Amino acid sequence: MKTDSKLEKILAAGHLAVTGECGPPRGCMPDKVREKAKYLEGVVDAVNITDNQTAMVRMSSFAASVIVKQEGLNPLLQMVSRDRNRLSMQADIIGAYSLGIDTMLCLSGDHTRFGDHPMALNVHDLDSIQMIKMVKDMRDEGKFQGGAEIKGAPKMFIGAAANPFADPFELRVMRLAKKINAGADFIQTQCIFNVPKFEQWMEGVRKMGLHKKTYILAGVTPMKSVGAARFMQKRVPGMDVPQELVDRMASVPKEEQAEEGVKICVETIQRLKQVEGVSGFHIMAIEWEEKVPEICERAGLLPRPQV
Amino acid sequence: MITAERKPLEEIIACVAPFRKVLLVGCNECVTVCAAGGRKEVGLLASGLHMALLQQGKSVEIREHTLERQCDPEYVEELNSLIDGADAVLSMACGCGVQTIAGRYKDKPVFPAVNTKFMGASERQGVWAERCQGCGNCLLGQTGGICPIARCAKRLMNGPCGGSTKGSCEIDPDTDCAWQLIWDRLKALGLTENYVEMIPAKDWRTSIGNGPRKIIREDLAE
Repeated sequence: MKTDSKLEKILAAGHLAVTGECGPPRGCMPDKVREKAKYLEGVVDAVNITDNQTAMVRMSSFAASVIVKQEGLNPLLQMVSRDRNRLSMQADIIGAYSLGIDTMLCLSGDHTRFGDHPMALNVHDLDSIQMIKMVKDMRDEGKFQGGAEIKGAPKMFIGAAANPFADPFELRVMRLAKKINAGADFIQTQCIFNVPKFEQWMEGVRKMGLHKKTYILAGVTPMKSVGAARFMQKRVPGMDVPQELVDRMASVPKEEQAEEGVKICVETIQRLKQVEGVSGFHIMAIEWEEKVPEICERAGLLPRPQV
Repeated sequence: MITAERKPLEEIIACVAPFRKVLLVGCNECVTVCAAGGRKEVGLLASGLHMALLQQGKSVEIREHTLERQCDPEYVEELNSLIDGADAVLSMACGCGVQTIAGRYKDKPVFPAVNTKFMGASERQGVWAERCQGCGNCLLGQTGGICPIARCAKRLMNGPCGGSTKGSCEIDPDTDCAWQLIWDRLKALGLTENYVEMIPAKDWRTSIGNGPRKIIREDLAE
């Protein structure tokens, strides 16, 4: 074991891991974080705390992670290279680890163009792969990125993202390999709606033996309505929502669409369980955290194993 | 080359309106090529200012002159005979030219008439696009001759983000994804294994991280 991370323990024991997501509020509302965390208690092994997602200012991932930790759950600190340079990142990693946060996800982050501060400067001192390497060297070499020794190195279980649906498709497996070589212990994928395309990507992953070098958590998202399905299909870059799923959502009356979305999500998890190399699921129920227990229950992911 | 775009006329008028005599100075280099501040644009701006100021009931005398290279002190000396007759200078060169004049004529106010944009190349007639951010440690040999620092919206050095779609950047369908271009080039060159090699964290000291930069060539410096 590289770390004390609960997520690592679950994965190392060979269980299918489950992670969820909590988007911090846009204001000083710690109770909102607690409320969202409550839905996920006992249902997921770790809770991703997003970092200014969609480039909108929110309570920091660090602060919300601490609140989630206080509630007895395992936060998974997300960190984007968009908002901070390497000094700030390392300071936050040391701070987070000192407060018991031992699992993190290294991301480049949505471009500021999409948020409510399009006038802000994108930092990108490091890219996501360079960030992974930095966190690994902090843990395994006990060294700061600048080379000096760390007294009390943070032992982070290091995650990275992968989007099997973005272009160029043929590069996506190699990009995953690059993240693993840099030090990614686990991967959380973009939301999977196009299962055949994901399977095709996984075939490439297995061909290179990458599923044996990292843990791949398949990302899923329940669609709330046909409107949400269309929005993701048309407006979210790098998202692949097949037309047949949009049609299926449209084929049921409005008041039944949420249930149809959950049904699709559960079916997707069941199908993905059959894919060799999938080590677990990352359930991104955006502003719909209360649905996660039901999804996990129906997908046969409960109770969570004790490790 | 360095590209530039002329500022809105109203902004320029607000700068020169308080003065009686203005020396309008163009440059024959980059800003001529990108049609922002060469001899022709100097003439157009002078007549535009005349008309606009007349309409406002103001009279400003505008003297036009275009230098061979405004960022070169040797050529700026040409202004010696004109500078005394001017209350202010309006420069149509890039920021380098504006500052060369400001450094030479310390008692004359200098105003920029253009916004300096970026180091770019011409894509087609009338279109210029950013190509270089002057990072001071060129990576183009590793990336198939396409710069991820200047051309990827997130300056990603190790591959495309999850928003690359059909060759376009997630921020704008009209912007190419730099990593799609790099990948296509590496494939064409039979160098796809170049991609596997991780480009390590950049040392920004050669770029904007270390304060104003200077090149001193001992063999040439006087």
